[in-house]
Amino acid sequence: MEFLLYMGDVFTPINFGLLLLGTIGGLILGATPGLSPTMAVALLIPFTFQLEAAQGLILLGAAYTSTVAGGAVSAILLKIPGAPANIATTLDGHTMAQKGEGAKALQISFLASAVGGVFGVLLLIFLTPVLAQWALAFGPSHLFWLAILGVTVIGSLDSASVVKGLLSGCIGLWLATIGFDDIMGAQRFIFHPALGGGINIIAALIGLFAIPQVITMFAKGRRGDGAEVIAVQKHPISGAIRELLRNKRALGIGTATGSIIGLIPGVGGQIAGLVAYDQSKKFSPDREKFGTGHPEGVIAAESANNAMVGPSLVPLLTLSIPGSPTAAVLLGGLLIHGIFPGTDLFDNHPDVAWTFINSMLIGQVLMCIFGLYVAGLAARVAQVPQAVMAAIVLGLAVFGSYSVQSSMGDVYVMAALGVMMYFLERFGFSAAPLVLGLILGPIAEANFIQGSMIATATDGMAPYFFGGPLNILLIAVVIASILYSAWMELRSRRYTSKEEIIA
Amino acid sequence: MKKLLAGAAMALMGLTTSAVADGHANYPDRPIMMMVSYGAGGATDFQARIVTMTSGNEDALGMPIAILNKPGAGGRVGWNWLASQAEADGYTLGAYNIPHFIAQSIKGGVEYSRDSFEPIANWGADPAVLVVGKDSEFNTLQDVVDFAKANPGKLTTSGAGLFVGHHIAALQMEKAGDMKMAYIPTKGGGAAAMKAVIAGDVMAGINNLSDAFRAAEAGNVKILAVADLERNAFLPDVPTMMESGLDVDNSSVNFRGIMVPKGTPQGIIDKLAATVPAMFENKRVAGKMKAGGSPMHIMTRDEVLEMWAAREETLKELLAGL
Repeated sequence: MEFLLYMGDVFTPINFGLLLLGTIGGLILGATPGLSPTMAVALLIPFTFQLEAAQGLILLGAAYTSTVAGGAVSAILLKIPGAPANIATTLDGHTMAQKGEGAKALQISFLASAVGGVFGVLLLIFLTPVLAQWALAFGPSHLFWLAILGVTVIGSLDSASVVKGLLSGCIGLWLATIGFDDIMGAQRFIFHPALGGGINIIAALIGLFAIPQVITMFAKGRRGDGAEVIAVQKHPISGAIRELLRNKRALGIGTATGSIIGLIPGVGGQIAGLVAYDQSKKFSPDREKFGTGHPEGVIAAESANNAMVGPSLVPLLTLSIPGSPTAAVLLGGLLIHGIFPGTDLFDNHPDVAWTFINSMLIGQVLMCIFGLYVAGLAARVAQVPQAVMAAIVLGLAVFGSYSVQSSMGDVYVMAALGVMMYFLERFGFSAAPLVLGLILGPIAEANFIQGSMIATATDGMAPYFFGGPLNILLIAVVIASILYSAWMELRSRRYTSKEEIIA
Repeated sequence: MKKLLAGAAMALMGLTTSAVADGHANYPDRPIMMMVSYGAGGATDFQARIVTMTSGNEDALGMPIAILNKPGAGGRVGWNWLASQAEADGYTLGAYNIPHFIAQSIKGGVEYSRDSFEPIANWGADPAVLVVGKDSEFNTLQDVVDFAKANPGKLTTSGAGLFVGHHIAALQMEKAGDMKMAYIPTKGGGAAAMKAVIAGDVMAGINNLSDAFRAAEAGNVKILAVADLERNAFLPDVPTMMESGLDVDNSSVNFRGIMVPKGTPQGIIDKLAATVPAMFENKRVAGKMKAGGSPMHIMTRDEVLEMWAAREETLKELLAGL
């Protein structure tokens, strides 16, 4: 209950002002394509040089929280996921916006974000010592199995057919090998200097999701200009709250998955949303509605990616190990004031530690309030004629992918992947499994190589990768996931073949 | 579009040539950019931002330095860019990490070598240290060496990657002790390598002194030895490897500093070489660096030139057998 002692510090005029600034600024930065939470926080670091340690962290913490949620705005309205965390949000969120339910989608996404986010921060407050042990329990072999578990999800994610899902997952896995390999430094498929650093994940996201849609819009030409304008239905906030309460299962699965996965160093943030989306799809009675603008999908994805924020800071705050790129930037923000995360932080600077954590808690609520306000305004975007919309999205896509590393190479990568995805979509492939392959490939590979090096030096491959309760548990889940997909495929095949006969 | 870009580039070049014409007396007359080949928030980025924060002062360069991150492939992306694409006009600086870029150029596959860059000044030296988990049975470097000799190739030791300071230190330890270790490069830099030590995934680790110092302060690891010529001010009680009987010099120390691409006008190089070391000595800079646990080591251009040449020789010899 120590955190309550420092609750008052959040509400001093300067601190609260910074919290507001960070929240509003974070929402805007998060909604801008190409500005991931990591970059938004890094951009703010120089401003914290002049501030007190606690004040600087309030600004950074608020910005982190609200950029993650703000990413949902461009994901839903423009189909440009601002960061890997928002990929799953596009799947149902954007289809809802196309149906004229943009306002509703944004409202439930911010409400779900707040619920997940508050839960995540509460975990951080009450269970930090336990969670720290959890985070350490995942060694290379466990992370390898976890990535394989993610790969098994690929087949069932947002695809009509498991085979096509797996194929596009494989394309993603291949794309992930481009560049200098991280461990050995070998060069793979670098046929252009722009690819030396591999495919940048943000540039890839923008290309894969936004560009096919831009091409489709342009392909329609100017005919039927006015007819394409989507009427935006106003949606009362109370309705959004009811919708959220109706979907407790998705909310629960999203929050739990996000909290657990967010904790694992190096993996968490990127896949929390996608895994939660897939899980709630599997457990939902309306699973065929997923991908067609179903609120459950948005709720699961958004509650997961904000639930991850709190736990993702556990390794940093307790062990001084940044578990994610954003945590690494926050570490810089602490060090600049001479504060070392770990026992030093909680023993000698409890005011800084708890004010920071409290501000994230309050920040979640503020983020929700401003988000709901933005939801009313932003839904007007859908009233823009398609030709104009396409130009805007294209402009933002180029700007976003360039700004990631100030590199034109990323823009070429974005454009090339986007055009490829346009044709793939024509053949019924989907971008989400491809991206998942792109994210999981390096995780699986690096941990396998590392694990095998440790294994050959110690007990040998079989005991290292197959021994121990955590390995066995993960392998069991992997097998269950494969069997489930296979069973679903067989069942649906029976249906489709009957339909095909009728057709 | 190409023409437009070319036109803009020409216009920019016109601007810079006018600066060249007056013998660089006005240099710098606009903000300077410094490329850091690691991501925002990493140790190099963090330190680069601190040491350049006073450059706008009148007694320094009088113009701010903006940091541009070009991360990827262990720094190769950024250094490739600096060597082949950056303008050598004095307004594009780069941060270097020794031994990283020299070791990479020796292993090949990159577009740069030691001769592609001109050093300006060195700001920091982060030695590699040997760490073990807090509950490890190893308490001295001798314990580790004894184990490695008795069990060749069984001592799993994490580090931030291949051909970085940590790897060089491991190679030197193997050579000096006539033993075989199992060096485990991690993806995700020093932080991931440290996590492996704390979690007990590996038996030992080689890591940056600055990161290890923090982890030791937090009570998570024991630091057994420093791979440097002298003990470090941050860790006065930790012996050097030489003191503990392993002939390992300072070849693995991670030197960080500022360089410019080859072809930068000599007048500008001289001006930078004269002002930058003084800029590093600023009290605010020193204070922030110390607070962050980052050891400073200021060296002038001539000293850095000598150090680069010496490193290249040692590294060529060390990496020849790989």
